[in-house]
Amino acid sequence: MADAPLRTTVLHDDHVSLGARMVPFAGYDMPVQYAGVLAEARAVRTAAGIFDVSHMGRFAVDGPDARALLDWVHTADVGEAMPMGRARYGLLCNESGGIIDDAIVYRLGEERFIIVANAANAPKVFAWLERWRDERFPGTTLTDRTAEIAMIALQGPDATYIAGQVAGFDPDAVRPFNVVETEVMGASALIARTGYTGEDGIEIMPASEVASALWRALMDAGAAPCGLGARDTLRLEAALLLHGSDMDETVNPIEAGLERFVRLERDFCGADAVRAAAENGTARVLAGFRTAERGPAPRAHHRILIDGADVGEVTSGSYSPYLDTNIGLGYLPREASEPGTPIAVDVRGRQIPAQIVALPFYKRSR
Amino acid sequence: MSVPEDRRYSKEHEWALAERDGLVLVGITDFAQHELGDVVYVELPKPGDRVTQNAQMGEVESVKAVSELFSPVSGEVTAVNDDVKNAPELLNESPHEKGWLIRVKPDDPAELDSLLDAPAYAALIE
Repeated sequence: MADAPLRTTVLHDDHVSLGARMVPFAGYDMPVQYAGVLAEARAVRTAAGIFDVSHMGRFAVDGPDARALLDWVHTADVGEAMPMGRARYGLLCNESGGIIDDAIVYRLGEERFIIVANAANAPKVFAWLERWRDERFPGTTLTDRTAEIAMIALQGPDATYIAGQVAGFDPDAVRPFNVVETEVMGASALIARTGYTGEDGIEIMPASEVASALWRALMDAGAAPCGLGARDTLRLEAALLLHGSDMDETVNPIEAGLERFVRLERDFCGADAVRAAAENGTARVLAGFRTAERGPAPRAHHRILIDGADVGEVTSGSYSPYLDTNIGLGYLPREASEPGTPIAVDVRGRQIPAQIVALPFYKRSR
Repeated sequence: MSVPEDRRYSKEHEWALAERDGLVLVGITDFAQHELGDVVYVELPKPGDRVTQNAQMGEVESVKAVSELFSPVSGEVTAVNDDVKNAPELLNESPHEKGWLIRVKPDDPAELDSLLDAPAYAALIE
């Protein structure tokens, strides 16, 4: 796989011609930064930024069994209780309760849904959906629409205004975690009030042929083009987990602190294991920490120490421009996860003092 | 990319500027800061420490990565730029001036001759 050629999104030529720095990510050649991570993060927190997230998997799930299939594979209630035009975040668990991926399900119609999966997990998620279609929900049509529709996240306090200017978006008609089918730049598009930055904003899924024109129009309207670097910093400040770093198939939703996205009374794949974890408690849990002062940043796989004893591992860590110190997430014994608990992180042999804090690190004012 | 003519350069993207009093000022190049991106932390030697040409003398951390700093010259550290410790963004804003890192009393001033001159460094980063 190491030598496999990188895939590109429909916006690749725009990123290159606009001077973005490109890096390999999840098999795609993606922009890691435009003007710089801190400037981009600032733009999203104070105005608006745009991110190409077309590398994520977009799968249409249609047919008379579509709702039942999604209800089975997803921990949130996306079945009877989810009205049309709504979107829900949740997890896809294996039979042991391990997290295969986190994904948002969008309901477009009575029997029409879109599920958006992480780029690195997209093939696995599609295969998972196919398996359950074949085993239990034959009246389902699965279509990989990743290539034919692009995905641009427009995020920040000015995002909905800019979307109104460029795409006729009405923020009063499409509330957070809602989705609408519309037209953008003369082509069909979905616009969802969702995102991964902790800010208000939308994610636009336009037909791929208008993605470039839309990217340029959003820039002209004042949105700063941003890369994956700023996206990672912003999502960490908002304590939005990254699958593959903060959670994976060896971790269940209770350990990952994601109980609020699980409807435990429902029957879904992995429900028995997740219920048991919720009832019995888990030995470890994901917690957030911040360092006492700026200094070398804790990063994924650094060890977490309490009184010199190794108690856990950092899963994400970065400098936080919002807090002007370093922040991170990591797994700890549950009894050591209370906010206020002093810890240290071993950063290249140095013990950096830090403290467990309540999550999220950043919460926007409404 | 700015490559001032008044100093010498290492292949590791540090610069060394000979000062009138025989001391040498050391920093990272404009190219290096551009490659690093936003610098959020700098670890430097202390005054009195010894540094050795081409040996690690500290580290510089951007939002997304850590890089080692190598000294372009051997000698004793006589001063450290505390401004960059408190405001690492100076490395991005002014790598050749306000963002200098350390001042060194060189063991052998001729050591600078082994470094690249500006045109050679400019060719290296082209």
